[in-house]
Amino acid sequence: MTAADFQAVLPEFIIAALAMLGLLAGVYTGKDKTAPVILWATAAVFTVVALWIGFSGEGTSVAFGGMFIDDAFSRFSKVVILLSAAAILLMSENYMARRDLLRFEYPILVALATVGMMMMVSAGDLFALYMGLELQSLALYVIASLRRDSLKSTEAGLKYFILGALSSGLLLYGASLTYGYAGTTLFSGIILAVADEPSLGLVFGLVFITAGLAFKVSAAPFHMWTPDVYEGAPTPITAFFATAPKMAAMALLARVVYDAFGGIVSDWQQILAFLSVISMFLGGVAAIGQKNIKRLMAYSSIAHMGYALMGLAAGTVMGVQAMLVYMAIYVTMNVGTFAFILSMERDGRPVTDISALNQFSRRDPTRALAMLVLLFSLAGVPPLVGFFAKYAVLLAAVDANLAWLAIAGVIASVINAFYYLRIVYYMYFGEAVEPVDAASHPVLWGFLMVSAAAMVFGVVNLFGVDGFAATAAAALVN
Amino acid sequence: MANLLSIIVFLPTVAAVIMGLFLRGEDEAAQRNAKWLAFIATAATFIASLFLIADFDPADPGFQFVEEREWILGFTYKMGVDGISVLFVMLTTFLMPLTIAACWNVEHRVKEYMIAFLVLETLMLGVFTALDLVLFYLFFEGGLIPMFLIIGIWGGKARIYASFKFFLYTFLGSVLMLVAMIAMYVDAGTTDIVYMLEEHTFASGTLDIAGWQIVGGLQTLLWVAFFASFAVKMPMWPVHTWLPDAHVQAPTAGSVVLAAILLKMGGYGFLRFSLPMFPVASDLLANFVLWLSAIAIVYTSLVALMQEDMKKLIAYSSVAHMGFVTAGIFAANQQGVDGAIFQMISHGFISGALFLCVGVIYDRMHTREIDAYGGLVNRMPAYALIFMLFTMANVGLPGTSGFVGEFLTLMGMFQVNTWVAAVAATGVILSAAYALWLYRRVVFGDLIKESLKSITDMTTRERAIFAPLVVMTILLGVYPALVLDITGPSVAALLDNYTAALDAGGDTQFAQR
Repeated sequence: MTAADFQAVLPEFIIAALAMLGLLAGVYTGKDKTAPVILWATAAVFTVVALWIGFSGEGTSVAFGGMFIDDAFSRFSKVVILLSAAAILLMSENYMARRDLLRFEYPILVALATVGMMMMVSAGDLFALYMGLELQSLALYVIASLRRDSLKSTEAGLKYFILGALSSGLLLYGASLTYGYAGTTLFSGIILAVADEPSLGLVFGLVFITAGLAFKVSAAPFHMWTPDVYEGAPTPITAFFATAPKMAAMALLARVVYDAFGGIVSDWQQILAFLSVISMFLGGVAAIGQKNIKRLMAYSSIAHMGYALMGLAAGTVMGVQAMLVYMAIYVTMNVGTFAFILSMERDGRPVTDISALNQFSRRDPTRALAMLVLLFSLAGVPPLVGFFAKYAVLLAAVDANLAWLAIAGVIASVINAFYYLRIVYYMYFGEAVEPVDAASHPVLWGFLMVSAAAMVFGVVNLFGVDGFAATAAAALVN
Repeated sequence: MANLLSIIVFLPTVAAVIMGLFLRGEDEAAQRNAKWLAFIATAATFIASLFLIADFDPADPGFQFVEEREWILGFTYKMGVDGISVLFVMLTTFLMPLTIAACWNVEHRVKEYMIAFLVLETLMLGVFTALDLVLFYLFFEGGLIPMFLIIGIWGGKARIYASFKFFLYTFLGSVLMLVAMIAMYVDAGTTDIVYMLEEHTFASGTLDIAGWQIVGGLQTLLWVAFFASFAVKMPMWPVHTWLPDAHVQAPTAGSVVLAAILLKMGGYGFLRFSLPMFPVASDLLANFVLWLSAIAIVYTSLVALMQEDMKKLIAYSSVAHMGFVTAGIFAANQQGVDGAIFQMISHGFISGALFLCVGVIYDRMHTREIDAYGGLVNRMPAYALIFMLFTMANVGLPGTSGFVGEFLTLMGMFQVNTWVAAVAATGVILSAAYALWLYRRVVFGDLIKESLKSITDMTTRERAIFAPLVVMTILLGVYPALVLDITGPSVAALLDNYTAALDAGGDTQFAQR
């Protein structure tokens, strides 16, 4: 390992070392009593590393003989991953502590999962890809079943593990096919192999790898695990699932299709467009009947992944930029929405029934308004920022001659609007029965407000996200 | 003032933010403050818009008061008004203070109610002033949010159904327009409306899509997508069904805004986009729109005849009157288009006033059933007089503004398609039938109903609200040049470009007209 290699993986190294230190500290000192300290330290390190990566990184450097790529694209994704993970950690502290879930393993597992995600978005080789993906997945399987005495939580963890293992199998099969026909596991080698007349084996490899990754982004028809895991896992974990891993998996998918299979755009364009259409419609239709807000958010995230995939399916720089903008906005909206869901309690016990929000706007007008903004933003109604996310992917699709996909997307957005409106309906129009508590923890309140305010004031310049995304997209597609 | 338009557009929102941040409490004093603040803000907006109309040069057919700034994702913040849009701005700013004054009796969540209306005003004004496609869409769609809440929170019994139907119906219409706008951006390379109007021509050669021959090509496809949005918004038969529900369930002020201003966005959209940007497609599909309008006029007038709910009756009559507007626009001649704009402005005053008339008695009796009334003239002479005036204006009696609009649009239609004009003209008779019958059942006759014995006439506040509307209706009826002088040059320029574009792309069989 040369100094240059080490330089490139320094952020990952720092967080991995932090996880080890936390583990030692937890075991040898106060066990779960140290959990809040480790949690805050982890969140702080995440934030610092995110700022450091965001501000100092420039150019493209390749380490470990091409296995690890540090470019604007990976940096953009890492910043989103780290900041959202930090936000979720902070949001979860109070919730977990009050339910005796705040074990010292929790922040450590989140840190390990985050290292895996950072590895994923920087992968330049099928081995690096699989290593990052499994590190992330194993950590996530464990925290999904963090509530060991709850049937639903353990069921969620087990389901996630079995289906996740299946998808890893698919991915590995695709990877081995790709290796067999390309003769290398390096993306830079695969792209040369597909450059002229790709063999059928390579296309098969691409299909299996895409299927495995579609599983991780929970795009339909590989979405089956999502609602159950979202519902069963403790709510802060659900919030985590809905944000950082989605960004990582989406970025990894982009990495694979461009860096490894960039020469056969038309081959994977059909696959992604198909996944996109199915996800948008399935997410929208299936969410309509949901009564549990966590299940609803699961289907909502499936639909949102459909839109992000639409950007990717365009197969252009503009498309990748749109996907990144979409994911950044999606993650911000979800942090706020889950800050609200985490604070839904009745007499101190968590409630996930949507109908419990009846007449919530009377009890706490400020938070109801913030949630209203987020919901309309999730639905993609202008003038809120969520609209610009949809606009960007639609523009990319039409620009790439996928007008049919754009039309399908907007029709699906009407279906999707319906279930967001239903929550608004409960909060504003419903009749008061067994209301939820009006109080909210200050941290949750803060994240909710910041997220909602971002949806309104982002209209001015999107906080420059589109510019960063453009740089990142240009780095990936060349 | 360089930023006059932005000031006018965003003044109400500023007031809404102030109200949201600083106004606390639910007691009577807070409610009164909210109402007064909203009234002062809308009145100030109206006064600011008077500067706009004073400085507006009617002889110039181009855009005036143009503001342009860089914005995100490649589009610009560009605003401006021409002879077509400036009147809609004036209509909006004029009606909003009256609307606010009309909801003085609201007691339920007053602050939120006022905020919703103030935000709505900004969004409506934005639609009429935006000169960038995406900016236009932003305002156009954004208006759904406050209106959804207004119907859903402060509406009548079936408000949930009505609000969802309103939102999803119009949302579905406009998302197709969004795809069309994106396609236009990809084709023209900019989202600047002025550039598209003056420089860019969208292709109109026949396209072959999956074996279907699309005559008029790209223009036809874009035209259809815009039509989906504007026809729903307008609303045109057969996609009008959301309107009666929304109107009946909305609170009085919501109905007024919906009928008087929101519906005009559809007509404005046809004038700003469909006609000038897709002339070949407009020409191809003109007869289709004309016949739809004629059907709308006759059919919805007949439906209006049989209504038992006053608001529903007026809602259907609105659909019929909007039929004159669409027919006038797609007649594509000076009389037709001028008449359509005039009809929209005049309908803004008349339908707004009619909904207010219903509101006056609804506030007293809490029912809109026509059968629950009768003989009101005995107890409410002033009300009877005002209701009479607006009923006549709705019918299109000469001397009121309703006559001018209907006459001009019929004249425009007649030059293009005599049969459509003949069918549409029967709508004038039918409108007399349903409006006068409504008036007879509500106002005339003996006052026999026990519950009506103690009803009181209009208060000073109510009279004050109606006074400006009465003045405008009669003024425009006897001196229509007030409107026509302003619209004339812009409409003439629009039609010049329209015929020039048809001559240039005259490969279609209908273009010789």
